[in-house]
Amino acid sequence: MSKTYEYVPEPALVKGNHDFSSITSLITDINMRPTPPLWYVAFGLSNILLFVLLFSIAYLIWEGTGIWGLNQPVGWGWAIINFVWWVGIGHAGTLISAILFLFRQGWRTAINRFAEAMTIFAVMCAGIFPAIHVGRIWVIYWVFPVPNSMAMWPNFNSPLLWDVFAVSTYFTVSLLFWYVGLVPDMATLRDRVKSKFGKIIYGIGALGWRGSNRHWWNYEKSYMILAGLATPLVLSVHTIVSFDFAVSIIPGWHTTIFPPYFVAGAVFSGFAMVLTLMIICRKIYGLEDIMTDDHIEKMNLIILVTGSMVGFAYIMEFFIAWYGQVEYEKAIFIIRATGPYAWAYWIMIACNVLSPQFFWSKKLRRNVTFTFIISIVVNIGMWFERFVITVSSLSTDFLPSSWGYYSPTIWDVLTYVGTFGLFFTNFLLFLRFLPMVAVAELKGAMPEADPHNYDPETGDYAPKKIEIPEPNKESV
Amino acid sequence: MSTESSKDTIYGVLAEVRNPKELIDIARTVNKNGYKKYDTFSPFPIHGMDKAMSLQKSKLGWIVLSHGLVGFIGGFSMIYYMMVVDYPLIIGGKPLMNIPAWIPVIFELTILLSAFGAVFGMFFLNGLPKLNHPLFTSENFKKATDDGFFICIEADDPQFETEKVSKLLADAGATNIEEIRDDS
Repeated sequence: MSKTYEYVPEPALVKGNHDFSSITSLITDINMRPTPPLWYVAFGLSNILLFVLLFSIAYLIWEGTGIWGLNQPVGWGWAIINFVWWVGIGHAGTLISAILFLFRQGWRTAINRFAEAMTIFAVMCAGIFPAIHVGRIWVIYWVFPVPNSMAMWPNFNSPLLWDVFAVSTYFTVSLLFWYVGLVPDMATLRDRVKSKFGKIIYGIGALGWRGSNRHWWNYEKSYMILAGLATPLVLSVHTIVSFDFAVSIIPGWHTTIFPPYFVAGAVFSGFAMVLTLMIICRKIYGLEDIMTDDHIEKMNLIILVTGSMVGFAYIMEFFIAWYGQVEYEKAIFIIRATGPYAWAYWIMIACNVLSPQFFWSKKLRRNVTFTFIISIVVNIGMWFERFVITVSSLSTDFLPSSWGYYSPTIWDVLTYVGTFGLFFTNFLLFLRFLPMVAVAELKGAMPEADPHNYDPETGDYAPKKIEIPEPNKESV
Repeated sequence: MSTESSKDTIYGVLAEVRNPKELIDIARTVNKNGYKKYDTFSPFPIHGMDKAMSLQKSKLGWIVLSHGLVGFIGGFSMIYYMMVVDYPLIIGGKPLMNIPAWIPVIFELTILLSAFGAVFGMFFLNGLPKLNHPLFTSENFKKATDDGFFICIEADDPQFETEKVSKLLADAGATNIEEIRDDS
């Protein structure tokens, strides 16, 4: 009985008895099957929301930003909240695809394609808000350093301009990273689809990829370099987003804790969003063998860690406000917790600080329904975090005579709801036409892909026998 | 090419093996026999294959570095020109050469250009995009993106002789040996 084990093996990444070809068909058959009726229903609903967005934007451009609930001094309202919220969600995709890749976390292969797609669509939704918030959208090109009739250049000392560069670079690099990962999988689809049209379209996407090792050789290098570039990029993007606040002198914004605190919050909300989408999709498309409960548990651990970091940041903000002894800074934090927006503050605390603490329990970490609920709660909480930061600091600024209560109008709400239409329209198209799991990468992470797991004499698959200790037997 | 089209030219000999390990073994054998123009094909990159094929380090890193430097120097020069030379404007009482505030944009441009180098450089080194390839004439080769493991010795290799190469591959345990024709 008293046997000591040298090491506990990681749970198998792919459950069930799959070989390479069954993995290929499990994932790519989804794209080749006739479109399920439910997809049309979901797509129709998303399209309605998308039209709500387009209409809200059109009306905004026609009428001006006065249709929003902005006032003086609350010049930034839902638009900036939604912008930060959507960008933050996007960060999980890059974290999964780049940072977990550098850390050699094999489990990322099941969810990285999916999460990267989420990143791209979330950044699209995010980018809309600052773009339409400028008021005179027809001169939006002033944010880029292009020659114009005033012979002036953008102000490179301004965090808002840094944001333009950060977000557009982030979008471009995420798109490239995603596409590089897609090339071998599009080749798989090209070789499998029956229709002539499909062959041409996937063939163009695959760029003539044929799985050559002389190509894989450069490909892997490229992928690694991209991961290495995307890692500092993703950290820089939310840092720069936080500079929009931190570089100003508004109480409650002007703090050095903002960059790390924003990045942790971004990863926190992004992982929650990946979980929300993943739990629905793996159920509908029957991918439980690939996106296993182990994945959910690992992601819940990250939610627990980043959620606690966010909670710690909330405490530190209060501590520093007291320790710094700046009157306005002290006042704003007391107003946040007890003032007119206290309801939002306590929603934020409940959703972001308390709710992830349930994941200390292994049983709850592996409970799919519970995880699904928490994943939605977390994103509600993170939206309120940005609400609290933006609105409470602006509405109760230095001069009590200008204090007032900020409320959104119907157009604020419709524009925000509309971005879900844009997001889900794109996401449903992605699910329908592109492989939602990185097929080539997933195969490469299977034990069958490792030449060391084959018998040297006969060449048959013969994985090393590992004795699995009793308590872990079930999970392996 | 119209006069020669009746006389098909051979592109190479394609052979299939069962799994990643056999592919590594056969690549090693082909490599030891002194072949230079050959390639292996697999649905995913195989660990240890680069060594078996005696591939040196990929040159991609240099492409990325050069692009990154262009992004860095270009970004700095652009901002310097705009903020100091072309339209000097004192903002917030800061010096014109306000380098700390320029870091975010220069950093982003460095990353952006490096990423362009990493992606387009990779496609350039791989000779992609390519509209067609002789190997796509093989029906069996479709498996290379699913669960097939292939090796192809190309006719450009100085040692290439169809019979000799086919025998070498067959002796090494490969199956489905076929000649690939280059009809273009």
